[in-house]
Amino acid sequence: MMNKEIKMGKANLETFSETLQGIAEENKSLLVVTSDSRGSGKLVPFAQRFPKQLVEVGIAEQNLVGISAGLASTGKQVFAVSPACFLTARSLEQIKNDVAYSDNPVTLVGISAGVSYGALGSTHHSLHDYAALRAIHNLVVCAPADNFETKEAVRQAAEATHPIYLRFGKRPMPVLSEEVPFVFGKGRVLREGKDIAIVTTGELLHPALEAAARLKESQGIAATVVSMHTVKPLDTDLLTKLAATGMPILTVEEHSVYGGLGEACASFLLQAGFSNRFQIMAIPDEYTVTGAQQEIFDHYGLNEEGITAVAEQLLEIAK
Amino acid sequence: MEKSLAKKSVEYRQRILKYIYQAKAGHTGGSLSCVDILNVLYNSVMNVSPSNFNSPDRDRYVQSKGHCVEALFVVLADQGFFPESELETLGRYRSHFIGHPTRKVPGVEQNTGALGHGLSLSVGMAIAAKLDQKDYKVFTLLGDGELAEGSNWEAALTAAHYELDNLCAVLDYNRMQISAPTREVCNTDPVADKFRSFGWDVMEVDGHDVEELERIFKQLPLSSGKPCLVIAHTIKGKGISYMENVLKWHHGVPNEEEYEQAQKELEESLLALD
Repeated sequence: MMNKEIKMGKANLETFSETLQGIAEENKSLLVVTSDSRGSGKLVPFAQRFPKQLVEVGIAEQNLVGISAGLASTGKQVFAVSPACFLTARSLEQIKNDVAYSDNPVTLVGISAGVSYGALGSTHHSLHDYAALRAIHNLVVCAPADNFETKEAVRQAAEATHPIYLRFGKRPMPVLSEEVPFVFGKGRVLREGKDIAIVTTGELLHPALEAAARLKESQGIAATVVSMHTVKPLDTDLLTKLAATGMPILTVEEHSVYGGLGEACASFLLQAGFSNRFQIMAIPDEYTVTGAQQEIFDHYGLNEEGITAVAEQLLEIAK
Repeated sequence: MEKSLAKKSVEYRQRILKYIYQAKAGHTGGSLSCVDILNVLYNSVMNVSPSNFNSPDRDRYVQSKGHCVEALFVVLADQGFFPESELETLGRYRSHFIGHPTRKVPGVEQNTGALGHGLSLSVGMAIAAKLDQKDYKVFTLLGDGELAEGSNWEAALTAAHYELDNLCAVLDYNRMQISAPTREVCNTDPVADKFRSFGWDVMEVDGHDVEELERIFKQLPLSSGKPCLVIAHTIKGKGISYMENVLKWHHGVPNEEEYEQAQKELEESLLALD
């Protein structure tokens, strides 16, 4: 159920494209490199307005990343845009070597990430990208949650001097708070409460906020909700503050249960000596159920009801 | 020219063997097969030096077959990018002089070593030159075994599509790879026809004839709007009688006796050039 206070905005991909167009107007060294993906990347208007700032390489993701690295090495500010499923699997070695190891400041943009492609199936899902990319040195891994975070992430990436991975879904996102500033590597606390912390990354922030509102309304439970947009480097200062209160911590992400935000948080917290009640909500390690994105979310409880239920269980156990 | 290119090639071979022998590791055969190409590029073709290495207008060299790094290190030292004495640390704990090119070594453009990466990187650099209307050229060195990597062919398509006549790939065509002759592992022939059909200009040359290499490189671009492949016919282990075309010298390291014989043969080659 949609929270009445929350208005719907655009797909983050559209905000990404619009923000890039604004930057490309001023910054002629900005280039977008695509692998026949301008349509799915919402980049047709960009291509029409700035034909000289778009390099098309065809359906060749390894080449996309290698070329992007070569372009970036000459001082171009490069956004390499391709479906996240292909970008972070087929061209993983190019990401590791040509971008990260050689330190060419490419912004890799994984579009239609997670299970955005829904019924197109597992070939088109990217539930591995945080896990694969977190293990590569010299790469920021970030999943903006809404239009505001998207705009800020793209603006800051356009001035970055080191590699960044951004991940976007394609469905419209709600307009959320713009009061808390966006900085890579710093989680944004969007709701404060003393009973439980819900830490999310990417576009599942919205159902987490809805769940927090429902917990308050129905049971008077006060939840903190964090948009941990940057999965690496992880905001361990914020995690430490949350864990020090002793409240249970619930992580929520559109990724495999392995190797994503949840495991990153768990690894940090355990090694830092915390033993808060802790639960990871993510896509389990199985053949992903078929269906549209929301149907997949609903199947695995990655929605308002599911997050609410798991939060209640955690609190019950923690009593 | 203070020293002939031919003499430089022999001296480079002496140093390649010296440092591989000291480090007890290295890609001996391939470094010896490609060093004449590097010699000509750095000493008489490319506009790149320690003084202009940060200039956006410099020529670029990307060593796609990164494992033959000993040849590159020796040539970069000779160009003055770093003191040759630093090569004494080759392969040692915390040395930047590792078994593949890294940008921590002055003069190295890109970190390479995984095969099939250099051509795409070079295509990116060449597209940037076209966009910026700059005159620099981009050279990359490929191995024939490396051509089995599919990414090369993606990059070959793109290079022709963007009419990158500022791009020259040099194929170190020694016809051998780690486990067997290339034609037995995964035949790449007829490689010239393949690249021509992709829209490239192709030239073939004796990859150890420094004057021929120089003549061809100085003609570039061969035709407007086309990338160029120079197929350099080379001999793996070139210059050392017992290493030439012998598979084990892919990354074989000479023992003391073999090392002394190799240096003796190279001394004789130098004398013969006087």
